[in-house]
Amino acid sequence: MIRILTMALALLCLPLTVQAQELQSLLQSHQKTIAKPSRKSVGPVLEALVTSGLPTVPVFLEYWQNKDVYSREDDGLFFYGKAAGDTLELIDVDTGETVATVDKKAAKQIKPNGGVRKEIGSALVQFQLSDPDIARRTDAVNAIARDMSGQMLTPLLGSIDNENDPTLLARKKQLANYLSAKFSDDPAHRVAAIQDIAGDLSVEGRAILSQILETELVVTKGASDRNLLETLEIGEDISAPEAYALIVEQHKLSPMVSENEIRLALEANVEGGKVGGIPVQQLNDLSKRENAYDVLASAGAVAPRVTEAMLTDALETYQIHRAFVEDDPVVTLAALEAQASVQTRVGVNQFFDLSLDAISLASIYFLAAVGLAITFGVMGVINMAHGEFIMMGAYTGYVVQQFVPNYTASLIVALPLAFIVTFAAGVAMERLVIRWLYNRPLETLLATFGISIALQQLAKNIFGTQARPLTSPGWLDGAWIINDVVQISYIRIAIFVLALMFLGLLLFILKRTRLGLEVRAVTQNPRMAASMGINPDKIKMMTFGLGSGIAGIAGVAIGLFAKVTSEMGSDYIVQSFMTVVVGGVGNVWGTLAGAAMIGTFQKGVEWLNPSNTLAAQTYMILFIILFIQFRPKGIIALKGRAAGD
Amino acid sequence: MSTLLELSGVSVSFDGFKAINNLAFQIGEPEMRAIIGPNGAGKTTFMDIITGKTKPDEGRVLWGEKSINLIGKSESQIAREGIGRKFQKPTVFEDQTVRENLAMALKNPRGPFEVLFYRKSADGALRIEALAAEINLTEQLLRKAGELSHGQKQWLEIGMLLAQDPRLLLVDEPAAGMTPAEREKTTEILVEAAKTRAVVVVEHDMEFVRRLNCKVTVLHEGSVLAEGSIDHVTQNPEVIDVYLGR
Amino acid sequence: MRKSFFADNPSVLWFLACLGLFTLGVTVLAEATGAGLISTSFVKTLGKVLCLCLVAVAMDVVWGYCGILSLGHFAFFGIGGYAVGMWLMYARTEAIVIQSLAERTIPPTATELNDAIATQIFGVVGASEFPLIWAFSHSLILQLMMVVLVPGLLALIFGWLAFRSRVTGVYLSILTQAMTLALALYLFQNDSGLRGNNGLSGLQNIPGFEAVPQSVISMGFFWASALALGLGYVLFARVLTGKMGSVIRAIRDDEARVRFLGYHVESYKLFVFTLTAIVAGIAGALYYPQAGIINPAEIAPIASIYLAVWVAIGGRGRLYGAVIGTAFVSLLSSWFTGGGAPNINLGFYTIQWTEWWLVLLGTSFVAVTLFFPGGIGMIFDKLKKGTS
Repeated sequence: MIRILTMALALLCLPLTVQAQELQSLLQSHQKTIAKPSRKSVGPVLEALVTSGLPTVPVFLEYWQNKDVYSREDDGLFFYGKAAGDTLELIDVDTGETVATVDKKAAKQIKPNGGVRKEIGSALVQFQLSDPDIARRTDAVNAIARDMSGQMLTPLLGSIDNENDPTLLARKKQLANYLSAKFSDDPAHRVAAIQDIAGDLSVEGRAILSQILETELVVTKGASDRNLLETLEIGEDISAPEAYALIVEQHKLSPMVSENEIRLALEANVEGGKVGGIPVQQLNDLSKRENAYDVLASAGAVAPRVTEAMLTDALETYQIHRAFVEDDPVVTLAALEAQASVQTRVGVNQFFDLSLDAISLASIYFLAAVGLAITFGVMGVINMAHGEFIMMGAYTGYVVQQFVPNYTASLIVALPLAFIVTFAAGVAMERLVIRWLYNRPLETLLATFGISIALQQLAKNIFGTQARPLTSPGWLDGAWIINDVVQISYIRIAIFVLALMFLGLLLFILKRTRLGLEVRAVTQNPRMAASMGINPDKIKMMTFGLGSGIAGIAGVAIGLFAKVTSEMGSDYIVQSFMTVVVGGVGNVWGTLAGAAMIGTFQKGVEWLNPSNTLAAQTYMILFIILFIQFRPKGIIALKGRAAGD
Repeated sequence: MSTLLELSGVSVSFDGFKAINNLAFQIGEPEMRAIIGPNGAGKTTFMDIITGKTKPDEGRVLWGEKSINLIGKSESQIAREGIGRKFQKPTVFEDQTVRENLAMALKNPRGPFEVLFYRKSADGALRIEALAAEINLTEQLLRKAGELSHGQKQWLEIGMLLAQDPRLLLVDEPAAGMTPAEREKTTEILVEAAKTRAVVVVEHDMEFVRRLNCKVTVLHEGSVLAEGSIDHVTQNPEVIDVYLGR
Repeated sequence: MRKSFFADNPSVLWFLACLGLFTLGVTVLAEATGAGLISTSFVKTLGKVLCLCLVAVAMDVVWGYCGILSLGHFAFFGIGGYAVGMWLMYARTEAIVIQSLAERTIPPTATELNDAIATQIFGVVGASEFPLIWAFSHSLILQLMMVVLVPGLLALIFGWLAFRSRVTGVYLSILTQAMTLALALYLFQNDSGLRGNNGLSGLQNIPGFEAVPQSVISMGFFWASALALGLGYVLFARVLTGKMGSVIRAIRDDEARVRFLGYHVESYKLFVFTLTAIVAGIAGALYYPQAGIINPAEIAPIASIYLAVWVAIGGRGRLYGAVIGTAFVSLLSSWFTGGGAPNINLGFYTIQWTEWWLVLLGTSFVAVTLFFPGGIGMIFDKLKKGTS
């Protein structure tokens, strides 16, 4: 141990004491390249500098990169320069001492271009990897992760032993693993590294694997000596014209003449209303055009067409393979296995991620629909203006934010305020309109629709047509990242929690309070309830207020991640109805089941066809229409006489 | 007198509550039968099962000479087989005239296109006139059914039932809310009908049942408790228990 | 039969007389055929209103008489429009493409022609091939059959599913609304084969009639619309007369009772639903060539609800009520939103009707539902009672 230490000490002291002028002389041996570096020529110089092992090299590289190196006009020696006014302080590259202060014109500043500076930078990285400053080490590691270049493998490996920060150490090992999987000279190392990646979910790891497994199409006559993935079946894996085009490209056959090229050639060779002896008017037929072209070709005016026989012949002679760019089959085999295992795990995680998405969508639907379910269930009233109550809640949130600038505080104010505003609106609507229309459900539907268009236009008149922001507080920004595949934004978690809270609250109100008891009584048998001293009018009013109030809160929640517009209500109204209908009327659990089902189904379809959310909604609705066939009363249906059919 | 309708081993339950429990019932043609029983005895459910509104959990409902199984057939199919039903609450189409109500019930092809191209015939008109006379509504033929008195509505509904020319009539509390004179007329109509077909009357009013003068079936907790003449069943100690509630 | 039908239904004759007079009046005053007091664009508006009246009559039959509050009949209307629009767009694009390819030295092949037309039509959605549903677009006859067949079949299938499972009342309304939304969302997709949210345009140009001025074409469509409305009205009045009408209204009032009378209620509902859907499709096919453009937004559920609003304001359960309500509200609506109505200055605020019309419509609609459930048609009933 002591011996090692003394050796290391000796190594450290050696360059400083003995070879005091070594860097300058090394630099001088590449004087021209360093003074006028270009991206092409700088490589060998950097290599020479790095391999010299001089401790002053990193400093020099940094100065060089920052355009702080000067070359003295007299002798071409290099110095670090510190400009002050018209004068320049020259600093020795080996000792770091100020040598002289000269006029600015006495030395020439070296200005490497961007490309060169990048090269210098990557050369520097290996020094920075062991820099005592953790920020610089982190920067260096990030730089490697960006470039993933093979020459970094050795320095990276060299820096691992002395790394004392556990996070950075893990990251370095991971990167080293990626790099050796791709660049190591020893196939055994590569296979080992690849097998390591198999246990990794990161995007980087997957990218490395697919880079190793990169393929290209090669055309051969007879067997290929390449590392092949597969040999393509013409007509199945690749169409005949495509295959031929590939053969043409790689083996210099005469290309097919396209229909368009035929047309252009014919157009160029019209003579006296005829081409190749065929009148122009007849050339609206492809076979006639081909005949005419063949005539032109036999006259030598155009290149001859590739005949069917030539095509077949070519396709029989040549084989098309999908070959790995990587030549070592052992490596590609390991990578294929690793990729398969990663994909399985990614699939599992994606499913998990999708489930989280579905849950958050279900929470939104639940919040939007549960108010509707209550009013529908208790009063048999379809409230088409429910969506507008959602909008009203969202605008309440927006207005609150205009007065309370702190987003957290404004949210705390907005939630109850939205409830109060929409509760009041709901009660007003019930008193003024709906109570006159009990037992006429279709007319309630239409009257509330009238209210809905009036409210929507009113909102447009007040707040304008453009979307208004409802900004969420900072602590709701960002996402909870579980791994590279699974992540969920905090807002969605908050909405999920809100939905859970409302589920609990509603169940509590309905099952444990006097109001809930009376509501259930009115739902199940209004006449009996009335005769037992419950005032159904009051209960209906309260229920309607409650349902509308929840819509208001849902509005604030939805406004946090979607834009607040006068039309936002109509985006949710049909889905809300669907949720209620699918779940079964008059039952909080039913609404929950309906929301869960619709959310899951919609996300499921989106997963099958991710580019198209419109299609997902279309299929979802079709699915619901079919679902109603089998369970007309929803998932959780009231049975027996209570169903009242 | 051959068996027209036979129920055997019929059970149905709603949410665990057995509304009908292993019920057996038979009626011939022509025959008048009264069904009595306390509230919740399953009288309405019994009718629902026969007319196809409720599907029983188990059991058989056989109909006619060919013993057709009625279970699984739709309400309209069963009605076309020849079973007519009158509800407890008079349900006539109040927005339409008495004549329209009767015309709709008249035994004729029921398909939409047959109905669309249906032409009024002299036969049909005569039949409507006759029915109206039978139910005392000749004067009211052109009035809206909604303008009739309660008793008249009951008669109209019975008239619509007769217009269907069914082999089995199911009548639920026909005399409810009627004046004594109206009751008399109702009894008359039913007794007349029972001469040519089977009639099942569900009734609470013992006096009315007595006047029908027919076999009585007592239902209790979804099954038959007693059967026989009115005097026979009213002396049955079990029936007395059930009605007086011990 | 014919004679007795009109004798039994004097209101049908009255209606036909009014419609005839109106058509005659417009013809006499129009730009192309008469005094020129009515501009071509207003003739188009009136023609469109007649088509809307026709679909409203269909809506009245299905809702006012049969009790099915369908929120999907405007979707059938739109499908009719799309069906005829496909031919209009194809035929017109074909003419344009042939003209532009004629400048080439060599005449185009059939494939080239087809590709060029497809690129022209579907370029906006990044496609260059005809989707399968355009297979018949070259033929006017086939597309006209589509006008009837597609809404009819859709209504038949949807209705069969819905009625079979005894979905009624508000549930059924929501289900029809869902169907409409599904259709609209489908059409909004770019790969729906119907140009996504661009819809079909240029429908006012009738292929083969390029030389005829729009003023004359619009008159033609106006007459056709009036004729269609007249025929549709008579058709529905015939369906609703006699025993059929009796059964249909009975289904509205007590569907279970009708079932116990031995009628297969579902077939009747299906018949009414499908027949009205077909008429809605025909109305749409006449409407959109006058409108010039059709896009998925036209089909959105809200349009079907407006249809219900018109019928309700006119007074449902009366065929003429649907016509009056539709004509009244849609003309009023275009007057208000078109800036025709004078703004009201309250001193502190100016009510601009372009902004406030929907508020007025919404609230007055609530008022009609609450206070005048019979709608405008009530007035005629009162008049009738007064005279007899």
